[in-house]
Amino acid sequence: MGTNRLHVLKGLDIDIESGSLVSIMGSSGSGKSTLLNILGILDDYDEGEYWLGDTLVDKNLSETEGARLRNRHIGFVFQSFNLLNFKTARENVALPLYYQKVPRKERAEIALEYLDQVGLAPWAEHYPNQLSGGQQQRVAIARALIGEPKVILADEPTGALDSKTSREVMEIFQKVNERGITTIIVTHEHDISKMTNHIIRLKDGVIENGLEHV
Amino acid sequence: MSGLFDRDKWQEIFATLRKNKLRTFLTALGVFWGIFMLVFLLGMGKGLENGVYKDFGSNAKNIMWVWTNRTTLPYKGFKAGRIARLKLNDLEVLREKVEELDKIAPRSDIGQHPVVYKLNSGDYNIRGELTGMPEIEGFQITTGRYINEADIEHGKKTVVIGSTVRKELFGALNPVGEHITIRGVDFTVVGEFRPAQLKEWNRSDMEALVIPLTTMSRAFGRGENIDYMIVSAKPGYRVANMEPKIRRVLKEQKTIHPDDPQGIGGFNLEERFQQVQSLFIGIKGFLWFVGIGTLLAGIIGVSNIMLIIVKERTKEIGIRKALGATPNSIINLIITESVFITALSGYLGLIMGTFLIGLINYIMVSNNLEPENFYNPQVNITVGVVALMILVLSGVLAGFIPAMQAAKVNPVNALKDE
Repeated sequence: MGTNRLHVLKGLDIDIESGSLVSIMGSSGSGKSTLLNILGILDDYDEGEYWLGDTLVDKNLSETEGARLRNRHIGFVFQSFNLLNFKTARENVALPLYYQKVPRKERAEIALEYLDQVGLAPWAEHYPNQLSGGQQQRVAIARALIGEPKVILADEPTGALDSKTSREVMEIFQKVNERGITTIIVTHEHDISKMTNHIIRLKDGVIENGLEHV
Repeated sequence: MSGLFDRDKWQEIFATLRKNKLRTFLTALGVFWGIFMLVFLLGMGKGLENGVYKDFGSNAKNIMWVWTNRTTLPYKGFKAGRIARLKLNDLEVLREKVEELDKIAPRSDIGQHPVVYKLNSGDYNIRGELTGMPEIEGFQITTGRYINEADIEHGKKTVVIGSTVRKELFGALNPVGEHITIRGVDFTVVGEFRPAQLKEWNRSDMEALVIPLTTMSRAFGRGENIDYMIVSAKPGYRVANMEPKIRRVLKEQKTIHPDDPQGIGGFNLEERFQQVQSLFIGIKGFLWFVGIGTLLAGIIGVSNIMLIIVKERTKEIGIRKALGATPNSIINLIITESVFITALSGYLGLIMGTFLIGLINYIMVSNNLEPENFYNPQVNITVGVVALMILVLSGVLAGFIPAMQAAKVNPVNALKDE
């Protein structure tokens, strides 16, 4: 990266148990996005070790290997949904399976199942701009789930939604978590973090509290 | 696999292209124009080339004309300024001493003389020849036959007439077997001839009458004199190499100074042919240069647009990477898109260029247009194949830099919410 190295995270030691529902809180600049990017293998880390289940995510991982790990083990949900506009809801959901080389027809069928799980099967052939924000986020969640990942990483997933829709989306996350998928949600809203089982509070790159039970 | 026939990949490509119709069109136009120009220029160049080569007519290409002219050096008691005479026996000497020599066709030309058939008459060029001239000069025998060995051996009073002579004296009648008088001497017409390909400079052949050389020497007192001869080289020999040898032998025969640049005149078609050939190599090279240059501009255009596309799609690429797209799959996508645009638009250019050349040719043929130095423009298969190869290659090249750019997209930056 650049020549000016910026130490955002200053020595984190944290063990998030498989199957837990955790929120990461902190004001802007606290390093929560950086932490999420490292957990999502979107960014490198300088020192230490990151174990995803029993896989060591090496800091010098090749891009191709990183892509494979993301594809198999991690599902992303973003604040601005990040759906592809020229694809239907169903095609958006099916995209991770494309990179797993699942045949087209099979992909389409599986995608419909996952859309059904978030209650959007009737909207399968709609394009993102024909859906409400809450609907788009549910499509994004279905997309994150379709690869049956170990971990769901959600970056401010309710940031662009009103409180009623936020609650609905959080309920979906809770349901997902009940299936045993580790779910990590970055948020700065207390209402949201209260709906998770554990809270990690970040401040200036360090953890303030350990793993706080809600 | 993300292979060539991956439906999803094509769906992606079409979706992007559809989304930016104007941009796609302008990009495609650059490549289209490049290939179109290349094909069109080379096709027209070919027409020019064909036109000039056609001017060589159906003359055998490995022939030369030999005649005598005024000497410029005194030699063995002869003063400068003498004109030696070619004789029939010189042919034997040449045959004996110049081994690469194939055929010799001599001609004795006594100029214009009155020719009479019944009530019709006119002044025409009278020539004395041996056999073999039609092959060398590219004559076509339209009726009857040409002078043959028997005519020559027996000095028969037979005559072959040019097409214009036939038209003016006989009209639509078949002239074979009819009697005409040349300078008051009675001849029997045995055939009619004309140049296979009519040119400005061989039109006079249509107004000539040919009689056996032997008959000419007897009837018109020309003795053994001939005015010039046309000589061809054996296959595998080059007439340009034979020419100095012929000059040397004839100079010796005619007692002309070996270093005299004049005395024996010669003109060989091969030398001119080669000059023209090298001229066209030059022209072709220039046309390729211009064509490729235009094409290159088009390719750079594609590359530029692809770069913009990659920039615009940074977010999309970031999303794909987050979902597990490998750098290779991204590179593959961008390059395929680039090859698709260049190949499709270039192919259209190729077809349009070929079509236009074909159309020009068609119009020329159907309207009987024969402009000077232009004939049968065509796009040959080599140009087509080379152009197609350039297209695919250029598509890859145009996509390469943008694809590398795309592969380097950092998902974190790409997905940052503004």
